[in-house]
Amino acid sequence: MGIENLLLGFHVAITPYNLFVAVVGITLGTIIGVLPGLGGANGVAILLPLTFTMPPTSAIILLTSLYWGALFGGAITSVLFNIPGEPWSVATTFDGYPLARQGLGGQALTAAFTSSFVGAFFSIVLITFFAPLLAEIALKFGPPEFFAIQLLTFSSFVGLGGGSPLKSLVSILLGFILAAVGLDIVTGQLRMTFGLVDLMKGFDFIIAVIGLFGIGEILLSVEEGLSFRSARTGMNLRVVLDTWRILPRYARTFVRGSFIGFWMGFKPGGATPASFMSYAFAKRFSKHPERFGHGELEGVVAPETAAHAAGVAAMLPMLTLGIPGSPTAAVMLGGLIIWGLQPGPLLFKERPEFVWGLIASMYTGNILGVLMVLAFVPFFAAILRIPFAILTPVIVVVCAVGSYAVHSNMIDIWYMVIFGLVGYVFKKLDYPLAPLVLALVLGDLAENALRQSLIMSQGSLAIFVTRPIAGAITAVAVLFFLLPVLTPGWRRLRGAVVPAQGAS
Amino acid sequence: MRIADIVTASFLMLLGAIVVFDASRLGVGWGTDGPKSGFFPFWLGVLLMASCAVILVQAARRTGTEPFVTRAQAGPVLKVLWPAVALVVLTQWLGLYASAGLYTGFYMRWIGRHSWLAVLALAILFPLATFFIFEKWFLVPMPKGPLEAWLGQ
Repeated sequence: MGIENLLLGFHVAITPYNLFVAVVGITLGTIIGVLPGLGGANGVAILLPLTFTMPPTSAIILLTSLYWGALFGGAITSVLFNIPGEPWSVATTFDGYPLARQGLGGQALTAAFTSSFVGAFFSIVLITFFAPLLAEIALKFGPPEFFAIQLLTFSSFVGLGGGSPLKSLVSILLGFILAAVGLDIVTGQLRMTFGLVDLMKGFDFIIAVIGLFGIGEILLSVEEGLSFRSARTGMNLRVVLDTWRILPRYARTFVRGSFIGFWMGFKPGGATPASFMSYAFAKRFSKHPERFGHGELEGVVAPETAAHAAGVAAMLPMLTLGIPGSPTAAVMLGGLIIWGLQPGPLLFKERPEFVWGLIASMYTGNILGVLMVLAFVPFFAAILRIPFAILTPVIVVVCAVGSYAVHSNMIDIWYMVIFGLVGYVFKKLDYPLAPLVLALVLGDLAENALRQSLIMSQGSLAIFVTRPIAGAITAVAVLFFLLPVLTPGWRRLRGAVVPAQGAS
Repeated sequence: MRIADIVTASFLMLLGAIVVFDASRLGVGWGTDGPKSGFFPFWLGVLLMASCAVILVQAARRTGTEPFVTRAQAGPVLKVLWPAVALVVLTQWLGLYASAGLYTGFYMRWIGRHSWLAVLALAILFPLATFFIFEKWFLVPMPKGPLEAWLGQ
């Protein structure tokens, strides 16, 4: 049945309009990935209001294509400018930039794009087969199981996220609190509005994403002083073909990276640790570990494969459980709700053309994406030569437009500025932003799942332990929450390898 | 850095206290047909206060004189921040398009020292492009001011 559904999906994804939408999405996404201060999450957030008038399938294709583009774009700046556009491209700079300095930028970029494609493709194939199965299982889930999964999602930020576990917890709580502001739909009471009309509508996660990741990021990047020193691209068809001839040598690295990426990726915040882990493994198993860090092609292949496998795998829990694995997936989930779709396992039954169109578009989008970035690298790299004094106001205005467009409300632009300041302060003090955004998106869902569970059990928390599936998930979640307490040394060890979590 | 950590944690603790206060007004216990409105926020607030208390103690115990921002860092950050705030204030009076033009032009001239020709060109073309993409193509209205009224939009 899987193949039939996939064919149905391709039928949707390969219409001229949807292919056009994918090309637009990838182009915009790559530009966004290259620009400092704009990343996948807030790029998707800014474009979200523009999709309200589109058919949902085309809308999600636009947003996912933008995401693929942003993933590719991150590699360009890492290799050519030594600026990781996204946190998961940090490991790519270790060997990519030295290669570019040696005049092998074309080789490094070809390797990076090809690895991204391989990693992504691997994850898409797995999603094609696993997503329907997981959705089938998830159909049997009740509120306690969903709440347990939410608990697991957030516990993995605390236990596995790197950085300070307490600050991760604070970020999560803050997200939930912001989500609770406004009208309580269950009882119809107003919460935490203190009589202010503007607070009654609550805080929209789109504004939070644009402020935290957009404005906050600009403030951070000017602090470090922006100066782009670019290495030459040196990209042409010959280089691409020659590199492709070498790449099969790294078959093991590809396979290892893909598995690490997929495994880490469907848990939240997985892309960044996955890329570092894959890099570390490649170095350990290499015959020439001393060459790593000085321009070893395998050092580009390993993190890029894993990062993209993880980036794609983050879509799996969003599609099947309605629980996003990354801020970008969270924004897309918000989009689903706005377009009138109910995210979760039922989507596979009720809107197969949407789900399978999306899955098929992952194939077409990544194929189109890798061809487009290979062909137009010089164009995308040229974007970073736009003077800073022009880029900054343009980005700020685009962020403001995106914030206002959500509700046509002036107060939202103010919220954006405030969230930007919060993002700046939090980033500096090592409070992770991704859990805050996820909690803000999932707040109402989590609270409803909790309330319904408690109603089922007449107020006893034991329901999360006594039901077999919920019990098992809760147990893992509790273990993750306790990890930092149980093994203080382990965390410090991990913190040395994996930097603090950012957007993923 | 230490001071900033303490200030932020204290502020968040205060926020937690406000949340708990509001939640107890709504009722934190069991209502007629389930948990009351304040149940979930109450525990969020309590946990937030507890976590921040620990962060506060940890930060207070630590020694370190590394500043949150150095003077050299604060300059560029403020130079981005205050014009952005000015943009938002202006938008309230002049609408988005006119403010975006003024803001972009000012920033280009002030920070980038671009030629007046480039400044004028971008300050006019960029809002115009935004107008056509958002207002005309995707039908997303933006705040407007006297300029648009005068142009009959």
